Amino acid sequence: MANKSVWSDNRFWQRTATWVTGFASVLLIWLTFDTSAQIAMGNDQDLQNKVTKRVPGPTVINYKITYEMSAKRGLEVPIIGGNDGKGNSLFQVKEKFFGRDDYSEDEARALLHLGKLGEQAKNCMDCHTLLGNGAYYAPDLTKAWLDPAWGPNGAMQALTGKNTREEAMAEFLQHPGQYPTHARMMPNLGITAKEAKGLVAFLKQMSSIDTNGFPRNFGKIKGAVNGK
Amino acid sequence: MASNHLTGIGSESKQLATWYFTFAAILFGAQLLFGLVAAIQYVMPGFLYGILDFSIARIIHINALVVWMVFAMFGSVYWLLPDETGIETVGIKIGKLLFWIFALAIVIVVLVFLFIQVGPASDTTIWFITEGREYIEAPRWADWGIVVVALGFVGNLFLTGMKGKQTGIVTVLMADMIAFAGLYLAGMFFTDNISVDQYWWWWVIHLWVEATWEVFVGAIAAYGLIKMIGAHRQVVEMWLWIEVAMLFGSGILGLGHHYFWIGTPEYWWEIGALFSALEPLPLVAMFVHVLYDWGKTQGAEMAKEHTDEYQAKSVITNKPAFTWFVLNAFGNFLGAGVWGFFHTLPQVNLYTHGTQFTAAHGHLAFFGAYATILVGMFYIAVQGTNGIKVLKSTKLSIWSTSLITGGMLVMTVALTIAGYVQVLVSRAQMGATWAGYFDGQSGVWFAQAMDWRLIAGVVVFTGFILLAIDLLTTGKNPVHKR
Repeated sequence: MANKSVWSDNRFWQRTATWVTGFASVLLIWLTFDTSAQIAMGNDQDLQNKVTKRVPGPTVINYKITYEMSAKRGLEVPIIGGNDGKGNSLFQVKEKFFGRDDYSEDEARALLHLGKLGEQAKNCMDCHTLLGNGAYYAPDLTKAWLDPAWGPNGAMQALTGKNTREEAMAEFLQHPGQYPTHARMMPNLGITAKEAKGLVAFLKQMSSIDTNGFPRNFGKIKGAVNGK
Repeated sequence: MASNHLTGIGSESKQLATWYFTFAAILFGAQLLFGLVAAIQYVMPGFLYGILDFSIARIIHINALVVWMVFAMFGSVYWLLPDETGIETVGIKIGKLLFWIFALAIVIVVLVFLFIQVGPASDTTIWFITEGREYIEAPRWADWGIVVVALGFVGNLFLTGMKGKQTGIVTVLMADMIAFAGLYLAGMFFTDNISVDQYWWWWVIHLWVEATWEVFVGAIAAYGLIKMIGAHRQVVEMWLWIEVAMLFGSGILGLGHHYFWIGTPEYWWEIGALFSALEPLPLVAMFVHVLYDWGKTQGAEMAKEHTDEYQAKSVITNKPAFTWFVLNAFGNFLGAGVWGFFHTLPQVNLYTHGTQFTAAHGHLAFFGAYATILVGMFYIAVQGTNGIKVLKSTKLSIWSTSLITGGMLVMTVALTIAGYVQVLVSRAQMGATWAGYFDGQSGVWFAQAMDWRLIAGVVVFTGFILLAIDLLTTGKNPVHKR
């Protein structure tokens, strides 16, 4: 090639590749610092001081959690301890979790730790999705804590013969084989009563994470099939 | 360059490559077999219930996938190093030892997955049974084993690259493989915070399959084009650098499309949408451009010079491998590119995230972007070790390629239809609850799609058997020119 232009020069493209990769990497690292600060888990102090965190601390299990539309953001957000009417959490309304609403930071943290370990040790993600990631063989667990099926008039409380969400969930987790809900059944994974309590705490805390409105319209059935 | 490097006879590096390829092919078979088990369970939920549950079948399906590809990638590097650098790979004895350590570790991990399956909620389980994080379930002890093996491999590559001739392809591989090995460390810690967990988990998964692996494929495609049709290195490597720029330029920040809904801030919507939308661009560019440039200059000249010979016989020295490389260029574009773009915008992804749509994309992308080119490398190795000058297509190679590719396409379409049912029924209409999920799953269209997926899976597996037979019998087949 006699009259070589820069566009067919390998050195030029090598340098371009290096600079582009370097620039993208630096930008990613910078964004990672920002995101890491925003998704660091909160603590009990934050909840007491009514500070909304993207990932609330473990003692969020002491509070009532709902998932409601925020007019300001145009999507559904987790509401902790009551809604101020504008889609912000009040951090006031408590809710009993296995009979108590006064778990200390340490107690709640230990429960969450056990639950997260259990979630990994039982390979939950290889059937279910968490925050939408995982396998697609079983329902998404992102907001499972808020699922009407486990609520006061839900099928699962009736099926397990329990009176609260957490007890129904814990019972099901320990003996899934006894409660066949569909042709597709969850297998028995040797989950103990203690582990089940941890797992339910983990699920409750996960439902309080701000997922930018995922999943949309959770628990609000639309259309004709089941809409009455 | 000694001729034994070209033929593969007498090169220890190439011998080691064939070990890697052989083990990779076995794991490939295991991947398909356990995929079939999981596919049967979608159709007949009682199948092996309580013995080999879906979660376990799927763990082996996806981990065998990742590991066979890593093995075949290591094998590809050991194969091409003597050709590229002109010398025998440095530290090959350690390389061989590491192969056996790696293979043994994989066997132990798989046996534990199969027979122990789950453990109590404790650190011991995380260290010795399963880490329970999709794709990288391997327990922590195995993680450290993988780090040691990867370091040894990168060491071999760097020492050889620095001692011998450092071509553009080798330079790209050196930079790429160190990132590939280093990124694995991002997946080796435990946290109670599921958002932080998934943030770093995606560093491993995404920055592997949508950045470093893609660049790896670019380097292999470049090597293959030079090797199989004698394309000019100058042209090939220029396009390789352009591809590296485009792949890393879009792929690194394209990571943002996994950060829409895991607790991370809203700004990832814009970043993820923009950069991941650019990801398909480079996927087909290099191959098409090189072929175009090659056809315009070299191919035309060669045709003129050797009218008789080249019109009677193709200029392609390895037909089956070249077929798989072409399938790679387009499979990558279609599976990773088009099927990825379908659901990469947050407005769409809000409804498609975590449905069979993702599975459709995952299947065609892993096949199109990686399985194809690695099978192509199997054929290049078979050609080299048997001292074959021109490897022709055989009935078996044509049938196996057609069955595998056709099966994968049908499977992808079936999963896409299943995904639509989920998006419409489970998500848009029913709001993603437990009841909504099962309403979607029991829909007729969903159930039929799962039947078709299973049929397609059987077709792919049949194709794999034919592929294995073809690869094993090539050495004795008299049709190939020696």
